[in-house]
Amino acid sequence: MDVDRNVLLDLHRRMVRIRVFEEEAGKLMEAARVPGALHLYVGEEAVAAGVMANLTDDDQITSTHRGHGHLVAKGGDFKRMYAELFGRATGYNKGKGGSMHVCDMEIGMLGANGIVGAGPPIAIGAAFSDRYRGTSNVAVTFFGDGASNEGGVHEAANIAALWKLPGLFVCEYNGYGEFTPPARHQAIRDVADRAAGYGMPGVVVDGMDVIAVYEATREAVARARRGDGPTLLECKTYRFYDHVGIRGMGVSYRTDDEVLQWRKRDPVALLEAHLADAQILSSDDARAVHDEVRAEALAAVAFAESSPFPEPHELLEDVYDTSLPAPDEAPR
Amino acid sequence: MTTAEATTSRKLTYVAAIADGLRCALREDPLVFVAGEDIAGYGGVFGHTRGLLAEFGPTRVLDTPISEAGIIGLGVGAAATGCRPVIDIMFMDFMGECGDEILNQMAKMRYMFGGKARLPMTVTTMAGAGMNLAAQHSQSLEAWFCHIPGLKVVMPATPYDAKGLLLAAVRDDNPVVVVFNKRSLGMQGDVPEAAYAVELGRANIVRAGTNFTVVATGRMVHEALAAAMALAQDGLDLEVVDPRTLQPLDIETIVASVRKTHRALVVHEAVRFGGFGAEVAAQIQELAFDHLDAPVGRVGAPFAPVPFSPALEKLYVPNADRIAAEVRRVVGLQV
Repeated sequence: MDVDRNVLLDLHRRMVRIRVFEEEAGKLMEAARVPGALHLYVGEEAVAAGVMANLTDDDQITSTHRGHGHLVAKGGDFKRMYAELFGRATGYNKGKGGSMHVCDMEIGMLGANGIVGAGPPIAIGAAFSDRYRGTSNVAVTFFGDGASNEGGVHEAANIAALWKLPGLFVCEYNGYGEFTPPARHQAIRDVADRAAGYGMPGVVVDGMDVIAVYEATREAVARARRGDGPTLLECKTYRFYDHVGIRGMGVSYRTDDEVLQWRKRDPVALLEAHLADAQILSSDDARAVHDEVRAEALAAVAFAESSPFPEPHELLEDVYDTSLPAPDEAPR
Repeated sequence: MTTAEATTSRKLTYVAAIADGLRCALREDPLVFVAGEDIAGYGGVFGHTRGLLAEFGPTRVLDTPISEAGIIGLGVGAAATGCRPVIDIMFMDFMGECGDEILNQMAKMRYMFGGKARLPMTVTTMAGAGMNLAAQHSQSLEAWFCHIPGLKVVMPATPYDAKGLLLAAVRDDNPVVVVFNKRSLGMQGDVPEAAYAVELGRANIVRAGTNFTVVATGRMVHEALAAAMALAQDGLDLEVVDPRTLQPLDIETIVASVRKTHRALVVHEAVRFGGFGAEVAAQIQELAFDHLDAPVGRVGAPFAPVPFSPALEKLYVPNADRIAAEVRRVVGLQV
């Protein structure tokens, strides 16, 4: 293993931040303190952390309906994220987007997305723009095994490979498209098999092993930055909770035993065991990271819950950009 | 339009005016690129992008795969990250292929993100029947897009407006759908050489009249003008108003006309039921009920897909005769 210890500690912190953010968000939903529905990322932390540790703030990502983890790993601020979940004016989207649309354009997070498979076409636009504007940025799109059957994903992958765009297609194969397992929604075992059909490399990694995700991404991102085109990186992971909310066991579409087997490979625990073995981070020190992040999360929740709701005038604002004068008067 | 009037004008066809508008847009802003199916090497199946590849090269004028969802997404992602894309959807009928990218992504990104996204993006497309292209290559679907908050929609009726509205759309910082009419491609008109914009959201009184208002969009503007000629002998002096921009709609100009004439008819090529004309008629009666001497009339296509056979299609597409007949009916004259 040639991953630097500082990188490992960074990966650990990113994963803990996602885990803690999501556990607290789940409690808020259960207690009906936040409106609407939350799609939680618990169990899949290694994917977002492993990918994002290879990106800068100038690199862009598109996310999914299960998008909190992507924003946290990209560097999202807990206060503005929770405030968005609460529908408050201090939220990232001024309370107009909520969980399914949370974004931070300043750090290249082009939004969670309520439409399955909608991210990849947008991501290739960002990748095109990165090259067009002469940057060395890359654009990464996350999508699930369910989304891999959407037409727009294929269109985007074909264009990205054809034009060798600086992009990365990350399939979060979490075992369920909503409530349907891949065995009942596609005839292949690995989505990465489709990469050959697009004309790009396809790589399958253990999505519970953050180091594996990190290393595979590092290679794919380097390839994209070199101008050699996109990669399809498939991460085999597992959704610990339900499609919506925090219930994970006692459900009709999967067995409790299946969940327990996957939980033995909890990606946070796996990394912490490795860090302890390698004497990089003791279990006590790991616990301290959790405690510190939880304190930050609770403070952020308090900030969010005490923040004001958007004013009524906000209802009709931001539908259009009105910052420019009428075209004829525009100085060009 | 002072800039435009101050420069040399010449006759151009509608299709050449589109190409001229794109050329101006590409020249004035290096962040503009044009992408679409067969728009580069072939010059567009309608010829509306001819010459652009030679002048601007393949990094700015791009042939794409036949992937409408992919290329609208391309535009959305590029616009959100600093470019000013123009994406061409060959026939308006193909908009169904990229429905999500337009209605859920392009239109909503700014609002959903609390105003943090800027989407300076233009989608160009060709609508219109009357060329025996049947049900999947002839529709006018503008009402769909007018119904989606976040989009602007324009329908140029003349070569002058084709260039001017297109340039206004490209310069605008919002997503704009520009609906050209394929049967108008050969129409000639004065088009200034300079880059000029026709302000979005401003209607044009194409013909001033005194006792009847016809609001017509796209190619129907010219059918309405022909009807006005025919009706003059009946003592009817039609005022023809072309909204040019359907969203946002310049209802003030339309209502001011109706207050003067006291009667109105709305005309479009699209199917009448649930069409753009229904919205205009509703707003006229809301805002000018006391000024109306008769119910607002509507002319549109019947409730059927566009038929192929020339014998049926000529019955389908509204024309000057049908407009004139409906005007006579509204004013109570024998048809």
